[in-house]
Amino acid sequence: MKTRRDVFQAIADPTRRAIIMLLASAVMTPNALAQHFQTSRQAISKHLQILSECEMVKQEQQGREIYYHLNAEKMREVEQWLEQFKQLLAVRFSQLDQVLEQLKSQKS
Amino acid sequence: MNHTVLFKFNADKAHNRIAVERIFRAARPLVWHAWTDAGILDHWWAPKPWQTETRSMDFREGGRWLYAMAGPEGERHWSFMHYTTIRPETFFASHDGFCDENGVVDPSLPTSTWENRFEEQGDQTIVSIDIQFETLEDLEKIIEMGFKEGFESGLNNLEEYLAANAPS
Repeated sequence: MKTRRDVFQAIADPTRRAIIMLLASAVMTPNALAQHFQTSRQAISKHLQILSECEMVKQEQQGREIYYHLNAEKMREVEQWLEQFKQLLAVRFSQLDQVLEQLKSQKS
Repeated sequence: MNHTVLFKFNADKAHNRIAVERIFRAARPLVWHAWTDAGILDHWWAPKPWQTETRSMDFREGGRWLYAMAGPEGERHWSFMHYTTIRPETFFASHDGFCDENGVVDPSLPTSTWENRFEEQGDQTIVSIDIQFETLEDLEKIIEMGFKEGFESGLNNLEEYLAANAPS
């Protein structure tokens, strides 16, 4: 199976979620990010690579440093699935409302 | 009088959980019956134009509901709801997933765990649902497996329903 590279894979891992949270508050270099974690700098680089492939983060070269910042657009994909699921439940429940009305009128 | 129906929907993205709360204008025994009787579930579980078709229902702990979501083009997506805990008229929990028409589970498709609580509030009933997914990516698949086409017409149904039930 082809490895997915989308927003869901990006947020599937707790370290990546933490990276996303950190980048939501500030643009950071990999070194600055790594200081927030117990894991190795290499592990953080690997997560950043996956996040880049998922288009969750963007890199920007400034002098000798690479800065990472969040691609907020991408986060909206999750929101879309959540919204659709919410709508599904809303439709389902409105159908149940109708069924309950019918059951009530049958009983009386 | 307040005609707004309570419907809370909260997603906990860090833990792949969704919490839902909905109030129904019926007494708890009736609402419970509607959630646990296949003959009634068939009338509301699938968003129109999809239809629910029950193949078998065994509502007891360890039992399951085997049903299809039947689409407008004749396609059928078979699902199961495996009941793990039942406290009559108060609570039931289930493990939900996809299978074939004989109930053989398809392990490549996502499963989710549902906990449904039923509480009386006067002559109404509040149903609180906690849904646990393995990952939120599963939501994409779950929606694809039988609901996508239903959304537009389902939403139209909802709008018609809301218009018909709007406070005058």
